[in-house]
Amino acid sequence: MTGDFTLADVCAVACAEAFCGDGEILASPIGLIPTLGARLARATFAPELLLTDGVARLVDSDGVVEGWMPYRSVFDVVWSGRRHVLMGATQIDRYGNQNIAAIGDYKKPRAQLLGPRGAPGNTINHATSYFVPQHSTKVFVERVDYVCGLGYDRAAALGEGGRFHEIRRVITNLGVFDFQSADRTMRLRSIHPGVRLDDVVARTGFVLVVPPDPPTSRAPTVEELALLRRFDPESRAERELRS
Amino acid sequence: MDKRITEAGVLARLADGMTVGIGGWGSRRKPMSLVRAIARSELRDLTIVSFGGPDVGLLCAAGKVKKLVYGFVSLDSIPLDPHFRAARQKGAVEVMELDEGMLQWGLYAASLRLPFLPTRAGLGSDVLVHHPELRTVRSPYGDEELVAMPALPLDVALCHVHRADARGNTALLGPDPFFDELFLGAATQRFVSCERLIPTAELATHGLPSLRINRMLVDGVVEAPGGAGFTDCEPDYGRDEAAQRAYCEDVARYLA
Repeated sequence: MTGDFTLADVCAVACAEAFCGDGEILASPIGLIPTLGARLARATFAPELLLTDGVARLVDSDGVVEGWMPYRSVFDVVWSGRRHVLMGATQIDRYGNQNIAAIGDYKKPRAQLLGPRGAPGNTINHATSYFVPQHSTKVFVERVDYVCGLGYDRAAALGEGGRFHEIRRVITNLGVFDFQSADRTMRLRSIHPGVRLDDVVARTGFVLVVPPDPPTSRAPTVEELALLRRFDPESRAERELRS
Repeated sequence: MDKRITEAGVLARLADGMTVGIGGWGSRRKPMSLVRAIARSELRDLTIVSFGGPDVGLLCAAGKVKKLVYGFVSLDSIPLDPHFRAARQKGAVEVMELDEGMLQWGLYAASLRLPFLPTRAGLGSDVLVHHPELRTVRSPYGDEELVAMPALPLDVALCHVHRADARGNTALLGPDPFFDELFLGAATQRFVSCERLIPTAELATHGLPSLRINRMLVDGVVEAPGGAGFTDCEPDYGRDEAAQRAYCEDVARYLA
């Protein structure tokens, strides 16, 4: 806790801000804190966003159904570019290449995970952000074992084919990151209240771009805190950061 | 035009080495009674194509799988299927891991009798590195290079639907029809299990949008109440979370 708000609240606000300026598109948050963030954005500064209930219904921030989005339609939306996904990552490298498929060898992985899911198609078609609840050198690695989501180096190598690629943000329990550096490698955008810069650097397994005076991540407003408490009355978000 | 068939009748139409597509998505509306019948059969060396859930894990645990084609395997409320993971980590199965949209596109291409469909999905990712047999194609109208997702034709498709008539017309009553239509379209032999057989005259009472899969896409109908369990089959029943946990902990009971 820092004052009246928690680290999970700061993360949720950072997730919300990732959707700023997206307009009338489908926001696809995966996980509890990303979902709180997207609902917060929808309920405050980004009322144009569309959200699903996790099944096939488009719902507003109060859960009122406003449309139908079965999986058969989802890839049409993905490939049209009218979507911003905020998903997880088991590994991320300095260019934002992401792995959720497996750790180790493709033919006989040490740890099989989900598979690539939609990450290749997401990252080449529309804005993508990542949420990492435990920032560590296990997640932020020199090289990912399996490129599911494309980073900036892979997208640049594609030329015209990579023109819709954008990694908007990486949000972790330590700070907010983007790729707005000269060489498109991961940059510290803001640091969460109470987090030490040397800790962020030590828990990142590659050389992080750090601006001279990194700002502190924004604290939630009174209105935002009230909404977050309403969306998550049992404070399950706090547990997501510890799980 | 009576397409009613028993589970045993479906099994009799399958053979070792076949490519079997399984409808549903994750741990949702999977044709589990048919999958269990395969798991308990003598069949072997199957290639399974699926938006994977416990169908994949169960068939891996039963040793039926030679190759898996999927975008993901998940049990929804339990993120990772332990039996699928075990098979992968032993190197026991060959795999083709695809972006989910590529999988949809491959089934769609097969159902349209096209050799491939173009897409950006997969470009620049390790899906293409691990599978050099996936080729790219240059747009004839410009210079853009795209993935030429090959058709994924199936020998057999198995799906579970809410209602069907004896002719093989179906009604899907849940919130999401998933990709069942594409699995059935991509397959040579098409079988559906259903919660309940109904007279043809009753089909339209469920509303025209629920009647996406008609008898052109179905060769055989098995009446199997509860046939999707323990996976989700809303609105008839939700996922049986206790049974799903039991499946994770002790798969042997599903193989007996």
